[in-house]
Amino acid sequence: MITITVNGAPHEVDVEEGMPLLWVLRDVLNMTGTKYGCGVAACGACTVMVDGAPVRSCSFPAALAVGKAITTIEGLKSGETLHKVQQAWIAEQAPQCGYCQSGQIMAAVALLNEKPQPTDAEIDAAMTNICRCGSYAQIRAAIHAAAKA
Amino acid sequence: MGKITRRLMMFGGVAAVGGGLAVGYALLPYTTIDRARKLAGKSGETMLSAWVRIGTDNSVTVIVPHSEMGQGVHTSLPMMLAEELDADWSLVRMEQAPADMAFANLGLARGYLRGDKSIPSWMSGAADFGFRKVAESMNLQITGGSTSVRFTGVDGFRRTGAAARSMLIAAAAAKWSVPAGEIEAKLSKLTHASGKSATYGEMAEAAAAIAPPADAPLKAKKDYTIVGTPKARFDIPAKVDGSAKYGLDLRLANMSYAVVTASPVFGGTLKSVDEAPAKAMRGVKQVVKLPDAVAVVADNTWRAKEAALALKPEWNEGAHASVSSKSIYAAMDAALDAGKFEADHSVGDVDTALKAATKVVEGAYRVPYLAHATMETMNCTAQFENGKLTVWGGFQDGLGARAAAAKFAGIPIDDVTLHHTAMGGGFGRRGSTLNYLKHAIGVARAVQGPVQVVFTREEDMTQDNYRHASVSRMKASLDDKGKVNAWLHQFSEKFDPPEATMVNYDFAHQASRYVTGLNPIPWGPWRSVDHTQMGFFIETFMDELAVSAGQDPFEFRRAHLNGAPRHKAALELAASMANWSTKPAEGRARGIAMREAFGTIVAQVAEVSLGEDGRVRVHNIWSAVDPGEVINPATFTAQIQGGAVYGLTAALYGEITIDKGRVVQQNFPDYDMVRMADAPLHEVRFIESGARTGGAGEPGTAPVAAAVGNAVFALTGKRIRELPFKNFDLKTGTKIASL
Repeated sequence: MITITVNGAPHEVDVEEGMPLLWVLRDVLNMTGTKYGCGVAACGACTVMVDGAPVRSCSFPAALAVGKAITTIEGLKSGETLHKVQQAWIAEQAPQCGYCQSGQIMAAVALLNEKPQPTDAEIDAAMTNICRCGSYAQIRAAIHAAAKA
Repeated sequence: MGKITRRLMMFGGVAAVGGGLAVGYALLPYTTIDRARKLAGKSGETMLSAWVRIGTDNSVTVIVPHSEMGQGVHTSLPMMLAEELDADWSLVRMEQAPADMAFANLGLARGYLRGDKSIPSWMSGAADFGFRKVAESMNLQITGGSTSVRFTGVDGFRRTGAAARSMLIAAAAAKWSVPAGEIEAKLSKLTHASGKSATYGEMAEAAAAIAPPADAPLKAKKDYTIVGTPKARFDIPAKVDGSAKYGLDLRLANMSYAVVTASPVFGGTLKSVDEAPAKAMRGVKQVVKLPDAVAVVADNTWRAKEAALALKPEWNEGAHASVSSKSIYAAMDAALDAGKFEADHSVGDVDTALKAATKVVEGAYRVPYLAHATMETMNCTAQFENGKLTVWGGFQDGLGARAAAAKFAGIPIDDVTLHHTAMGGGFGRRGSTLNYLKHAIGVARAVQGPVQVVFTREEDMTQDNYRHASVSRMKASLDDKGKVNAWLHQFSEKFDPPEATMVNYDFAHQASRYVTGLNPIPWGPWRSVDHTQMGFFIETFMDELAVSAGQDPFEFRRAHLNGAPRHKAALELAASMANWSTKPAEGRARGIAMREAFGTIVAQVAEVSLGEDGRVRVHNIWSAVDPGEVINPATFTAQIQGGAVYGLTAALYGEITIDKGRVVQQNFPDYDMVRMADAPLHEVRFIESGARTGGAGEPGTAPVAAAVGNAVFALTGKRIRELPFKNFDLKTGTKIASL
């Protein structure tokens, strides 16, 4: 049994030591906003924040998150108000199929926490998540818009 | 009730559910219309047609028979209907139609019928079921070929909106005893100079008594208030807060998870497997043997995945165990040498013209297999209960998938219920090759309760239906003025659409010929289909001809477009957007290419430089796009940009290789993608020429590889004749990969 704290709420889960956080979120807690894309930390679809830092949860054992604050896409809103990054994503109409966007948004939130006014080069360096629909122009615009908001 | 005009039919009357009005536009027999009413008509609402309902709250619900893959069709089709209805856009909602005959994709079928084209083979999901003849008239619900707006929208949604508007006006005219011509319909409201007014919702019941007009007048483009303006997509809010439910997100009571491992050699079967290592693992419920695969069923995906890795299945590898990319390319080359061609397009007399020519230029090209690599891996949830099957998943052709499910399960189609989920990418993968559906049904037969069958990324990449590899040989003659006289294209495998192999330039003699049957691995539609290969072959060779003629690549193309004014205008606009006549910055060069794909012309200029590592960096793309008309400009721009990224990934990195009958690449580390840092700035401008509406999802993909390759040539003088570019040191033009 381990206890992990997701979006402020503690959850006691009976899982193996090595079970990745992604699958604990998706299949044990049924929080499916965080996505499976590759399982090898290559695509970023599974990005969540652990103590504010972006983590690819498919390759991050849940046990390592004990005692830390996990934030997922479901936890970005405050009350009914969307996070400014989510609002910018809507304003720029960023998602296409949308599958990668939870991870993209989490990576962008983590970037803006670190660098509130990122340059294009900083966006290039931080945003390494794959979007197969090719929504990169809209994602870049949304990050700049959120930085100004 | 309805009137029949040629093959189409307007139907109207009392809705089966909720009373009031039903009106629509269809090719279907009445029995099917009644069924559509029953399925789409919800209690408390007046059903205005199979494709639109007006609720008592004045809401307008448009029922869309196509799948949303991010291309925005769940918004652009309602825009077309709402425009003709003069609806208040803020009251418009959309629902995806059930996978049922009553919502077959009529407009698309009609588009093909009217266009004198046969149903393309990528629609084989429906055709496989053995009712191809039916499919050829109506049994289609496919989302592919950039057809939704082009056919369903133009033919169906516009006319339905116009008919509904006309019925509402007629109802008001009768009720108010005023001439219909004096009634204004605007923003979901009917008004008359006398001061009388009613919302559409208030008038819908009365409109039920009106006979539906077969040909209500359509609005003039200048009067549009919805179409042509950027509208926020309905599907986006759920895609920013994690609430959108994709196939993999389905969570049902008592659901198990299964990870499937299929024969790594295509066509192989399962010989034996020791189940013990998997069964000993925590959470594993059972191991299911299928003819060509083995599945581990567990209480969560990760446990199923880990246990699947613990199995060491033995396979009967079958006939393809010795196939490799090398042997496939060799077979294609040999077939081209042997010269047993299928005839394709032909104008004039190419062979005689080439024999008589004094200057002949030749080029040989090839492109590899490509995976679709949708971000959401293939998956499907299935459950048998009392001999009936329910499936949940993402399908580009819901009706075709339902038919295929019935076939796989060996039960009547009426015993299959299909639920659409959101789809994490399609690009052709979720259209016709439904191995994930087949596996899910096979596993579900052996399992109590619903089971979610999941492809790992590795399984997804190695069990795809690939964009086919192709080899191309070009030959053309130039006259003494530097103009092309004859053009001959010989290549391996032709698929769809039929016109993809045509050249839009005005050559006096041109022909294309192909050899076929040389792809021993599963292959199928991939974003823009044959245009992906043809765009690279044709537009690279065109560039080589320009060089041979000593002409600027833009001017050379332009000089061959005197019979194609739309193409010429697009080419000129792209050149002007890119400041083609000016010299690029030091270390940079530009290339140009153009394709007409799915009714939309895209002329593209790419500006590139080379890194220290000899890799190409694409800084800018400028696209001039003539789709005839633009429904939702924001969505269309994103589709052209995204389509270009898809094509750029193929140009820079995309390569599936075959060794010992197996796919070598396993996951993104060895099948890399364009990411943010690689993504060019991409300016898109539209020419609304008024030509018949073209597609949005695929045309942006077609020219990009050639535009980039032509820019690399302009920079280095080295011509790269095969993809992907990662296999070359572009500074020297030397191949650095072994194949």
